[in-house]
Amino acid sequence: MNDLSASSRITYGAVPLQPGLVRRVRGLSDKALAWLFITPTIVLLLAINIFPLVWTIYLSFTNYRANRSNAPVKWLGIDWYQTILTDPDIWAAMQVTAHFVFWTVVIETVLGFGLAFLIDKKFRGHGMWTTIILLPMMLSPAVVGNFWTFLYQPQIGLFNYVVAFVTGRSASSFQMLGDVTLSPWAIVIVDAWMWTPYVMLICLAGLRSIPDYIYEAAEVDRASKWRQFWSITLPMALPFIMLAVLFRGIENFKMFDMVNLLTGGGPGSTTEVASITLKRAAFESWRTGYSSAFAIILFVTVFGLANIYVKALNRVKSR
Amino acid sequence: MSIANTAHSVVEPSRNTRRLAGSLVVLYAVITMIPLVWIVLTSFKSPDDAISYPPKVFFTPSLEGFCNLFTTRSRQTPEFIRTLGPPQGLCDDIARSRNMVVAGPSNYVPRFVNSLIIAFGSTVLAVALGTLSAYGFSRFRVPLKDDLLFFILSTRMMPPIAVAIPIYLMYRTIGLSDTRLGMILLYTSVNVSLAVWLLKGFIDEIPREYEEAAMIDGYTRFQAFVKVVLPQATTGIAATAIFCLIFAWNEYAFAVLLTSGNAQTAPPFIPIIIGEGGQDWPAVAAGTTLFLVPIVVFTVLLRKHLLRGITFGAVRK
Repeated sequence: MNDLSASSRITYGAVPLQPGLVRRVRGLSDKALAWLFITPTIVLLLAINIFPLVWTIYLSFTNYRANRSNAPVKWLGIDWYQTILTDPDIWAAMQVTAHFVFWTVVIETVLGFGLAFLIDKKFRGHGMWTTIILLPMMLSPAVVGNFWTFLYQPQIGLFNYVVAFVTGRSASSFQMLGDVTLSPWAIVIVDAWMWTPYVMLICLAGLRSIPDYIYEAAEVDRASKWRQFWSITLPMALPFIMLAVLFRGIENFKMFDMVNLLTGGGPGSTTEVASITLKRAAFESWRTGYSSAFAIILFVTVFGLANIYVKALNRVKSR
Repeated sequence: MSIANTAHSVVEPSRNTRRLAGSLVVLYAVITMIPLVWIVLTSFKSPDDAISYPPKVFFTPSLEGFCNLFTTRSRQTPEFIRTLGPPQGLCDDIARSRNMVVAGPSNYVPRFVNSLIIAFGSTVLAVALGTLSAYGFSRFRVPLKDDLLFFILSTRMMPPIAVAIPIYLMYRTIGLSDTRLGMILLYTSVNVSLAVWLLKGFIDEIPREYEEAAMIDGYTRFQAFVKVVLPQATTGIAATAIFCLIFAWNEYAFAVLLTSGNAQTAPPFIPIIIGEGGQDWPAVAAGTTLFLVPIVVFTVLLRKHLLRGITFGAVRK
C-alpha cells in the first residue's frame, strides 16, 4: 500500500530539477555518489581528529614544549610513558577519577532506574513530569557547574542552608568545595543531579520494551510481584541499563568542564580527575610531550574499557 | 486473588500504585528543579538579597543583575556624579545609587553572539555533511562500512583535553587560533559523528522502495535523494540539528582552552563575570538564565527524540 501511494506522489512531482550542480552529479554511478557523499566527512575527521591524534603520538616521544616552540626537539622514546606510569601523582589522579566514575555511575543507575520504574507506572501527567526531570542533562555542565559553586557557598549557599536546616548543624561549619573529605562528594552530587535523568530515560526505554504478555503469563503462573521484578523486569532491562552505564562511564572518565568550574581540582588535588591533571600539565606547566603521552594513555584506556564493555553488552543482548 | 477483583488488565498498575509512583516522581522533580529555580530567582535579586542569610525566597525584584551583566561600571565620587546630567536609562540610575556610572557595554553580548554564530555555523555544516554520509552509509555498499562507522564514532571517545593539545598547536601554526572559523570546524568535527549515526538511523527507516519507484519514473539517484529522501527525513534532520546545536552551545572545554577574546563563547565567559570584591552573583545568574532559556525551549521541542539523540541512535522508540 505504502509503495503505491509513494509512487503516485512521485509521479506528480516528476518535473526535472534545476540545472547546475544536479546536472554534474546526475551522470554519476552509485559507487561514485557513495564516495562523494562520504568523503567530506572522512576528510574533516582526518584533518581535525586523526591528524592531531597522530601528532600527539609523535609529540609524546619528544621533549617538545608548546611555550618554547623554537627550542630544538629531542627524541625521547618511551621515556614519558615510563615516567607517567610510575608517577604517584598520576595514580592519585586515576584514583580520584575512579572514585568519581564509580560513585556517579552507581548513584545515577540506582536513582535513574528507580525513577524509570516509577514513571513506567503511567500515573497522570507522567509525560510532563518526565520532561521536567530531563531538563538538567540538557544544560551546559560548565555554566550549571559554575552556578553550583554559589549553592555550595558555606555561609550564603542554598545547599548548605538546606543541610543545616535538616541536620541542625551550622551552615558555615562545613565547606562542600573547600574540604578534603567533602569535595569529592560535592562533584558527585552535581553530576548525579545532572545525569540521573539520562540513565532514567534509557532505562525507561528498556522497561517499555518488555511486552505485557510476559507479565500476563507470570500472573497466570501466580508469580509474586517481587519475583516478576527479579525474573522479568530486571533481566530484560539489563542491556539498556548496561548501555547507560557504558555511556556515563565513558563521559565521566573524560569529565572536565563541571569539575574544572566547581573545584578546579582542589582543594590541593583531592578532586583532580585525569582531565584536570592533563590540562594542568598541558596548558599550565606546558609540558607538551609529557601531557601528550598522558593523553594517549587516557585515550587507550577509554577505548580499551569501552571495547571490553561493548562485548559484554552484546553477550547480554544476544542471551 | 488480584486477578479476580481487578476489572482492567492484570498488568495495569492499581490506582494506589500509580498515586504512590506519581508522588515520588513529582517529589524528585521538585527537588531537582530547586537549583534551576534558584538561578532564575537570583538573577532578579539585588546583590545584598543574593547573599543574605538565611537565603531569601521572597524579595523585591531588581534588574540590577541584568544591568551589571550588560554593562561595565566605574566607581565615582558622589560629587562627580552630582555634576552629571540626569541618568540615562534604568541601568545608569541603578549604578548611580551605588556611586557608580555606566562606563560602557560589557562583553556579554559579543560572547553571546559568538556562541550563536559558532553553534549555528557548526550545526549547519555537521548536519549537511552528516546527511550526505548517512545516506551513503544507509543505501550504498561501502567497503569497510562497519569499520568506517566505528571510526566515526570513536573520534567522540577521545577526552576533549587530549584533542585540544594538538589542535592548539595546529591552529597556532595555520592561524586559526581564537577564530570563529576554527571553532566552527572543531565543533563540526565533533558533531558530525553524532549526526552521521543519528541520521543513518532516521534514513534507514525510510523505505528504499520510495527512491526505487522514483528512479523508475526517470529520476537519477541524486534527484531521488533530494526530492524523495530529504523531505521524508525532515524530522530526523531537525532533531539532529537541535542536538548538534545544543552540544555546540554548551561546549566549554575547547572554548576555554582555545579561545581568549575574539571567538570566546558564553560558557567560558559567564564564570568570570566579577563585580567589586568577588563574583557578582546576580549578574552571573542573569547571564546563566539568558543562556539556559534557549535550551529549555529546545528540550521541550525535542522530547520525543531525546532518547535517540543521547544514545547515538542506539536506542529508538
